[in-house]
Amino acid sequence: MIRRTFLGLAATLALAACGGGDKPDAPASGAQISGAGATFPAPLYAKWAELQQAETGLQLNYQPIGSGGGIKQIKARTVAFGASDKPLKPEELGADGLAQFPAVIGGVVPIVNLPGIAPGGIRLDASALADIYLGKITRWNAPALTALNPGVALPNLPITVVHRSDGSGTTFLFTSYLTAAAPQWAQVGANDAVAWPVGQGGKGNDGVAAYVKQTPGAVGYVEYAFAKQNGMAHALLKNAAGQFVAPTAPAFAAAAAGADWSQAPGFYLLLLNQPGAEAWPITGATFILMHKTQANAATGKAVLGFFDWAFNKGDPAADDLAYVPLPADLKARVRASWAEIVGPDGKAVAGPAS
Amino acid sequence: MTAAVAVIGEGRPRQARGVVLDRAFEWLCFGAASLLLTALAGVVISLTIGGWPALAKFGPAFFFSAEWDPVAEVYGAAGAVTGTLVTSALALLFALPLALGVAIFLVELCPARLRRTIGTAVELLAGIPSIVYGMWGLFVFAPWFVKHIQLPIMMSVEPGSIWERLTAGVPNGAGILTASLILAIMILPFMAATLRELLLTVPSQVRESAYGLGSTTFEVVGKVSLPYIRTGAVGAVMLGLGRALGETMAVTFIIGNAHGLPTSIFASGSTIASTIANEFAEASGVLHTGSLMALGLVLFIITFIVLALARLLIGKQVHG
Repeated sequence: MIRRTFLGLAATLALAACGGGDKPDAPASGAQISGAGATFPAPLYAKWAELQQAETGLQLNYQPIGSGGGIKQIKARTVAFGASDKPLKPEELGADGLAQFPAVIGGVVPIVNLPGIAPGGIRLDASALADIYLGKITRWNAPALTALNPGVALPNLPITVVHRSDGSGTTFLFTSYLTAAAPQWAQVGANDAVAWPVGQGGKGNDGVAAYVKQTPGAVGYVEYAFAKQNGMAHALLKNAAGQFVAPTAPAFAAAAAGADWSQAPGFYLLLLNQPGAEAWPITGATFILMHKTQANAATGKAVLGFFDWAFNKGDPAADDLAYVPLPADLKARVRASWAEIVGPDGKAVAGPAS
Repeated sequence: MTAAVAVIGEGRPRQARGVVLDRAFEWLCFGAASLLLTALAGVVISLTIGGWPALAKFGPAFFFSAEWDPVAEVYGAAGAVTGTLVTSALALLFALPLALGVAIFLVELCPARLRRTIGTAVELLAGIPSIVYGMWGLFVFAPWFVKHIQLPIMMSVEPGSIWERLTAGVPNGAGILTASLILAIMILPFMAATLRELLLTVPSQVRESAYGLGSTTFEVVGKVSLPYIRTGAVGAVMLGLGRALGETMAVTFIIGNAHGLPTSIFASGSTIASTIANEFAEASGVLHTGSLMALGLVLFIITFIVLALARLLIGKQVHG
């Protein structure tokens, strides 16, 4: 079984990677790798690790300590890989000798609590969302919102704005989207925590969801996986093609597929407002960070082996947990990028296995 | 004479062993005490070093500004400090009378059969993890609070009056007052248990004498028991306050987490502990991390002042 997996793995790598061919076939059964970082993909990494341990004996010790912590840990070389919801800029990658690649797609979904309006019954665009979060639109029946929602009887309710209180990749993606798509948001800016002009902060996705559920007239934003699993009432968003789309797995995949990764060194791309009639506008990937020069080639190989397995066989698990797998061509591009991760001898650690 | 010498001579080995053990014991205790001091000093020093970038950049303005903007990298502690002090003071205000009531009931009025049960229950409450209070506060207490307290108050105040401003806020139960109430529930069992233990130390002769002189229960409690324990009671209250000041998770869930100065009792606010809990994991910039460390230092200083005040009060009462 193990043997067969690695033949498959080796074949894939041979297609994608270039480099020396003198590596042993497989990481030793029972190899251990450690990672730390983003909390958002942690359930998926845990699932992948569980499936893979049964198959190859590889043990993953992943600590979901937050993206900021993951970046600090990988820079300090205390873990084999770091994970971050917020991609590092190519300059920052270069300064620390890091390589970066996306692992899985996620996104942010605006959720609302509007009595009398079904989930998906309200349409929003970037400008309206920005004005709501700036405190400029304060009632649901404001002209800007009724114009977007012809034929919908919007209630005469004050809008309660809910945002994340904890520093979060979700907030980073959401505010980056507003910055990119709504010029008026520039006064606040984008980061994993910002100075919100109005509103209440809930701790974590569940904190935001609780505030929204308990407050008629509230609007908030949560991770897509969380919204899907908890059946939150979402809003439709207008995308770059001018279409109002619902947050569904195909819409996220469409955003990832439409993106031009070839122009993104270090995979620094936020997938916001991507072209494509189906694309969900607030889409992002969660990223893996590794040192380009691995002190221990076997460890580097094991980490890449883990994600290679995940790209080959991990998609059903991702679907089950409401994550969106990377499109096939992006996977190929990521595999190709692994060639730049080398061992102490300067040879690609993931090099063709035989 | 010779007999005495012989006795001393015989006793020496045992005595010597005793001296060695005694020495070792002294050193062990000294080591324990100095380890504690070292740890304390270490915390202060590392907080100062960690917070230095922020303190150096913003200077005294760090303590007086309520601006908290991670994008522009401008940080000020005033909002969080105010939130911390207001919620802790309100929590103490709510919890102290209740804690006294529980303690007095248990010691003076409760039937002996129930005493143990209630006493244990109070102590068990103290053992509930803070996050459980937070979840309960968010999902159970806040909705109830909105329906039965917040909305009636908000609807009954006169429009345009100062009361309207003091009770303005989002009607979902997240805010300063809810956080204070949750904090009060959290520090209540601790204070009640300590006060009960203190009341039990009042010698029964003293109390019985007072009863014998014809005092009512109220008089015994007010004029005999409470004055007898007041030193310890101040300590108990201050320890409760210390817990309220540093409480993190429960407050984070329920306070609404808005930076800046709270303007009403139902407004969202933040405390020092909640701000650190919220932002530390994801803070990446030197200034952001530094500001959070500096906030930790501020909390340390506040706690130190509270304890120093408690010492001062206790000292005064002993001598006065």
